[in-house]
Amino acid sequence: MKILVPLKRTADPDNANKIKIAPGGAKVVTDGLEPKPNPFDDYAVEASLRLTENGTNPKVRLAGDSVVVCSFGVKESAQTMRQALAMGADSALLFETNDDALDGDLVARALAKVVDAQKPDLVVLGKQAVDGDSNQVGQILAERLGWPSATFAMSIELSQDKKSVIVGREVDGGVVKLRLSLPAVVTVDTRIVAPKSITNHVTPATHTYQEGPRYAPLPMIMAAKKKPLTEAPFASLGVDGLKSSYTKFEAPPARKAGIKVKDVPELVQRLRAEAKAL
Amino acid sequence: MAKILVVAELGNGTLKKTTLSAITFARTAAQGTSGSFDILALGAGAESVAAQLAGFGAGSVLVGDDAYLANYVGERYSPTVAAVAKSGGYDVVVITASAFGKDLAPRVAARLDAGFASDISRVETEGAKLSYKRPMYAGNAIATMVVTTAVQVVTVRQAEFEAAAPSGGSSAVSKVAIEKQASADRVEFIAFEESVKSARPELTEASAVVSGGRALKSAEGFKTVLEPLVDAFGAAMGASRAACDAGYVPNDLQVGQTGKVVAPKLYIAVGISGAIQHLAGMKNSKVIVAINKDAEAPIFQVADYGLVADLFKVVPELTDAVKKAKAEG
Repeated sequence: MKILVPLKRTADPDNANKIKIAPGGAKVVTDGLEPKPNPFDDYAVEASLRLTENGTNPKVRLAGDSVVVCSFGVKESAQTMRQALAMGADSALLFETNDDALDGDLVARALAKVVDAQKPDLVVLGKQAVDGDSNQVGQILAERLGWPSATFAMSIELSQDKKSVIVGREVDGGVVKLRLSLPAVVTVDTRIVAPKSITNHVTPATHTYQEGPRYAPLPMIMAAKKKPLTEAPFASLGVDGLKSSYTKFEAPPARKAGIKVKDVPELVQRLRAEAKAL
Repeated sequence: MAKILVVAELGNGTLKKTTLSAITFARTAAQGTSGSFDILALGAGAESVAAQLAGFGAGSVLVGDDAYLANYVGERYSPTVAAVAKSGGYDVVVITASAFGKDLAPRVAARLDAGFASDISRVETEGAKLSYKRPMYAGNAIATMVVTTAVQVVTVRQAEFEAAAPSGGSSAVSKVAIEKQASADRVEFIAFEESVKSARPELTEASAVVSGGRALKSAEGFKTVLEPLVDAFGAAMGASRAACDAGYVPNDLQVGQTGKVVAPKLYIAVGISGAIQHLAGMKNSKVIVAINKDAEAPIFQVADYGLVADLFKVVPELTDAVKKAKAEG
């Protein structure tokens, strides 16, 4: 089984409050923030590795299985993809461009081209990128490919014949279970990296993964430097044209500084008298 | 003269309140452009909610009530929404950004080859032109977005678009044909495993929200310490991602950038440090109270009232005080 994982390089999401707005609101400036893989894409890499390995020997993919990562971005995105290679992905594809030249629709159309060329059985991607916060590419890709899909996955079970997956989707009020015939598209939510979220009928049922995406050990980081990483211009995919654009950015309205209360009676009194919230 | 199509959300054959935020968007955009709006209801029971939807001032209410749509599966819904949007000549398709809208809207955009504005907090009109404001970077930037295709697809934040009230009148109700696509035959709906039902208000609809963090230490901590406070306020219960990941409460209570975005009149954060991802989900609340024993916790930077204290000591005290205050009226 071959899995394609699209990856986006984003500015450190844990310090997103340190972004700046350029004068005139022309753009968002993320200078000084460490570039990191979009966390949800990192989860997608982890889920894909778990699907294609015996968890008791996570350094190698199962015979016939592979994980390919792919990114549309600046040249430095190669470093972000090297991290995925060090985690265990087999190869990487970088199509050079910059974020301003893309929108969700174009990303999905470009991914459809990569899918045509790579012929994966499964595309696993983050449910959203934490910079744009749009939550759209997986859905658009599925419709454009005409593939079945499941968004917001918190569990994936690969069938023994590897021809279908049962996906648990996190929705309002519970979990929806869908069976998808492969090839298919799955977007993942945070819980997909829980210890028992992935079943592939190879990893023993007793095996418990550590919560979260795995850290790459040093030998894997060294080995990743030799794994194939192919670079090509984005234009080589033969898709273009944007359907939306950002015309202005602003800082959100700041909240007025609050006060510290000394005890519960003062809090209750202020909630009643000042805030009228009680 | 924007012609707008609202896609209603149904659950268990009844109208979900999320729909009312999309209607508010439609009224605003229609009014600003001297346009009009219609409402499309799909799913089992859609016919029975049509009468309810007819009282919001829509030109017409379109209904697709079919067993094929009994359970929501994106592949089953998107072809009909796109076909209705196309044949009706709509300029804008709008859905509220619930799990339903987030899944469905981009699919519809793809089928219409339309641009998509996701999770917007505001719509602005200038003549017939629409532009959208949307938070990005966990709410640390507000972008103005324009969609450049003739047809536009939009999802709206429930917390930012107030629920529409009925305006009287009675829209004409008509049926739509159900369209299908091949990929739908490769998706099988197996089950909906519902979380334990709660008598509390919905997180995204409540006027007060009390949220707990990892400092509550356990599911038991939520139950015995936080829940009495939640109920004293008649509030909805929320949680930080850390508390959800630790398994103290179900994940659908998560408030934050990638969970639920809420903007209640009163938000009380108990034992939540205030990671920026959490702040993104609640900082537009009207009044924010934070209880945390770490005086340096970032949550205090957005709180109107901060109480630096051990939650296990002060939350029961606050619960009693709130009950007493409410009893006194």
